[in-house]
Amino acid sequence: METVRTQDVSVNDLKWKIEYCAERCTMCGSCVATCTKNAIEACISHRSVTVSNAHQPEPVKEHKAIPVIKQVASIANACVGCGMCEKVCPNHAIKAVRNIDNRFNLLARDHGPIKRGGRTNLNAQRTLDSIIVGRISQMTDPALDSERHTFDIRAPFGRVLLPGELPLISENGQLTLTGKTPPVNWIYPLIFSDMSIGALSTRAWEAVSLATAYLNEKHNLPIRMCSGEGGMPVKLLESEKLKYMILQIASGHFGWNRIIKAMPRMKVDPAGILIKIGQGAKPGDGGLLPAAKVAEHVQAIRGVPKATLSSPPNHQGLYSIEESVQKMHLSLNAAFGFRVPVAIKCAASATSVSVYNNLLRDPYKICGGFFIDGIQGGTGAANEVSLDHTGHPIVSKLRECYLAAVKQGLQGQIPLWAGGGMGLTGNAAADAFKMICLGANGVFVGKILIQLLGCIGNENGRCNACSTGKCPTGICTQDPRLVKRLDVDKGAQNIVDYILALDSEMRKLMAPIGNSSLPVGRSDALVTTDKAIADKLGIQYVC
Amino acid sequence: MCRIGSIKSKVPVHPSKALHLMLPQQEGHDNSGFAMVMQDLYGVFTEYKDKPLLSLACTQRGAQLVEDYMDSHNFVQLAEWIPKPNKQQGLDIKAMPYYIFRNYDYPEQYNDKTQEEREELMLDTRLALRKILEETNEGYVYSFWPDVLTLKEIGDPRDIATYFRLWDDSGMLVAKSIVTQCRQNTNYDIVRYAAHPFFIQGYTLCANGENTFYTKNMEYQKSLHRGYTGFESDSQNFIYTLHYVLRQLKWPIQYYKHVITPLPFAEAEQREDKKVLSVIRQSLGHLEINGPNTIIAVLPSGEMITCCDSKKLRPVVVGGDDTTIAISSEVCGLNAILPNRDMSKDIYPNEREVVVINNDLEVQRWKQ
Ligand code: SF4
Ligand code: SF4
Repeated sequence: METVRTQDVSVNDLKWKIEYCAERCTMCGSCVATCTKNAIEACISHRSVTVSNAHQPEPVKEHKAIPVIKQVASIANACVGCGMCEKVCPNHAIKAVRNIDNRFNLLARDHGPIKRGGRTNLNAQRTLDSIIVGRISQMTDPALDSERHTFDIRAPFGRVLLPGELPLISENGQLTLTGKTPPVNWIYPLIFSDMSIGALSTRAWEAVSLATAYLNEKHNLPIRMCSGEGGMPVKLLESEKLKYMILQIASGHFGWNRIIKAMPRMKVDPAGILIKIGQGAKPGDGGLLPAAKVAEHVQAIRGVPKATLSSPPNHQGLYSIEESVQKMHLSLNAAFGFRVPVAIKCAASATSVSVYNNLLRDPYKICGGFFIDGIQGGTGAANEVSLDHTGHPIVSKLRECYLAAVKQGLQGQIPLWAGGGMGLTGNAAADAFKMICLGANGVFVGKILIQLLGCIGNENGRCNACSTGKCPTGICTQDPRLVKRLDVDKGAQNIVDYILALDSEMRKLMAPIGNSSLPVGRSDALVTTDKAIADKLGIQYVC
Repeated sequence: MCRIGSIKSKVPVHPSKALHLMLPQQEGHDNSGFAMVMQDLYGVFTEYKDKPLLSLACTQRGAQLVEDYMDSHNFVQLAEWIPKPNKQQGLDIKAMPYYIFRNYDYPEQYNDKTQEEREELMLDTRLALRKILEETNEGYVYSFWPDVLTLKEIGDPRDIATYFRLWDDSGMLVAKSIVTQCRQNTNYDIVRYAAHPFFIQGYTLCANGENTFYTKNMEYQKSLHRGYTGFESDSQNFIYTLHYVLRQLKWPIQYYKHVITPLPFAEAEQREDKKVLSVIRQSLGHLEINGPNTIIAVLPSGEMITCCDSKKLRPVVVGGDDTTIAISSEVCGLNAILPNRDMSKDIYPNEREVVVINNDLEVQRWKQ
């Protein structure tokens, strides 16, 4: 008999355990080949079995060495519950099940902090689900017809001036513009948010950009996609399709060398520039692209060698908010001849209102949008401690920022865009609509897009292996073998279908409250069954 | 839903005419109130057309408070008309003890001030009186402006008219412009300030309908101007925006419609003035109106206008003859007071139209 060693890792210590049925397994090996984590292996098991080979039962006890599939008892190869083995098994012989008694968090820090990607697994509360669109137009005012009436589902991206600041003169009963106003693009109130080539596989990124172009050109929906940090292929920079793209600059400034070089050959302006200061999933932490994902094409686009790429938590050289506005906003505005709106993205935080107030007071009137990213946002790689224990829920923060602007009569001057958990339960239209009623001009989404492509990760600790370069769906890995698992066209189509449904659902929400334009700040349209939420957000409590 | 109506005439008309315009529209209505703003006054007010006229409903103590304030601010009372009510039994009216209509002369120190400065003074005075009366709960002040009289009361419009003897044309109370409304109270507690027409610095407006962007309009308007207060009714949003666009921004009237019901993006994109329309929509997005509604307004120039929501969800009709033109929620109102007009010339403005009646009763109608 073997001696039990207390400190040995067993599969019982891992978050997911494999349920395997040897009787069904034909040892085709598909599951082992599919598992990107090498969490299972084929091996020989010594079994004592009772068999009967005759026409009548003649049970005989035998000792046999049979091939089986076995879970690897190792932290490095811990099963992540991705379900690929189950998906590929022709005989339903294997599946991963959650192991609630695991000791993973105690054991997995043997090489330092736990790193993973995905999303928070601890703070996935859903404020939005206790809010209902409760002010319905009936009798006193008619609801609109979502099929027949026209609806203006557009949101501003760019700095809006106060009415009195507009350079308008009145002559012969007509107003004429006598000067320049900051650029503002009216776009769909949902932005495909910043996931870089690098964090995503080229194919996944391509699928998202394909969907973007298709929605614009075939369906007339002005959806914009943000590149994420790290730039984009030169071909795209120099194509007409650049107009659907928002270029991101983050603290690593990755990819900007190529963007700047491509500028003289750009046929059109990009839709906007987004300065990323912080990210909701790992606020106060810089970007991280593990070496495993820095494939050759990523090196080329970013102009870097194969190494772990860390963006610092701050933009170097920006020591104050005034300076950030001056330096970064002004230079990026200037770079594109003041034709392209420049916005800023910050992680939601207890300090967001102060940041927003400061931006609103900027004398250059140059900040074209405040993107606030809540704790439920996603990331390609972060420390688990950041993902689960740092950040700020988005709903009340967005509301506070809006009300801070209202207090000063500056609402709408710097459009508010909210993200981080939008569409967490798959219902992005409802989430977007409620955020808009609370004061957002629009929302940005990321995780839901890759979920539409096929990502199986969730808030309950499923997969979230985005940092490892071993994404089982080929979405956030650069491994050519894995990337082939993703069908670009089918993925893009899933996104297109979803957004078209979302657009109809937006109408279905606008029509009953009698609005043909977006109800930005129409908090009176919302009610909640939660008294604390009602008090915090200033909406009606109902029961 | 309220019913609204207005009369613009070359000859002074009596309020009973406005009542006849409104009453046929009252079928099925709860008749919870009546209000009107009369402008370009004749009768008892003929001699004081250029002197601010205070319209007030109050208690005795309220009247005293107002007098004290006006005295201490050097306003000199010139004339006063206090209706002698008919207090017959059984009238459905929640009457206030006093209704005071009083002309003042400007304080001496305003003799050499500009018209603009006087207009600010009149607004500030009204706001100050409102505050005093509100704090003490002693009454209501509706307007303080030359040649403008406001009367509002809660109750059945017929009985209100009987109470104020509006049925008998004594020639004392006549005007060339009357805007009026009979209330159906829906959303709000019955408060006098919630009854339109509203008035601010030369602008009069009443609205029939709902403004579903009330909250966002209100939150924005609160910071735009000290005179944008109250917000007892979602219809106040219309007048504040009218005042803001025309008086504060000094934009031509056609842009009012562009602010409250902007063209859909796709349509605006086709226009030559798309840049102007686009910056207007951006900067004044929080003043957009949604929901079903029609408005009737009078501008400081005396012009009367009407327009509808962007989906034409509420009715309105304009009709008349050479001496009188009326606007009404329902055509039965016009038929009651102008039965001999050429009905084929009645105008039913569409969702993009604005109809303007000038002081010579020429009717302009244009699309935004
Ligand atoms: S669930 Fe995924 S990680 Fe776990 S064994 Fe199956 S394929 Fe491997
Ligand atoms: S499927 Fe890929 S993208 Fe989704 S959670 Fe797993 S590793 Fe991340």
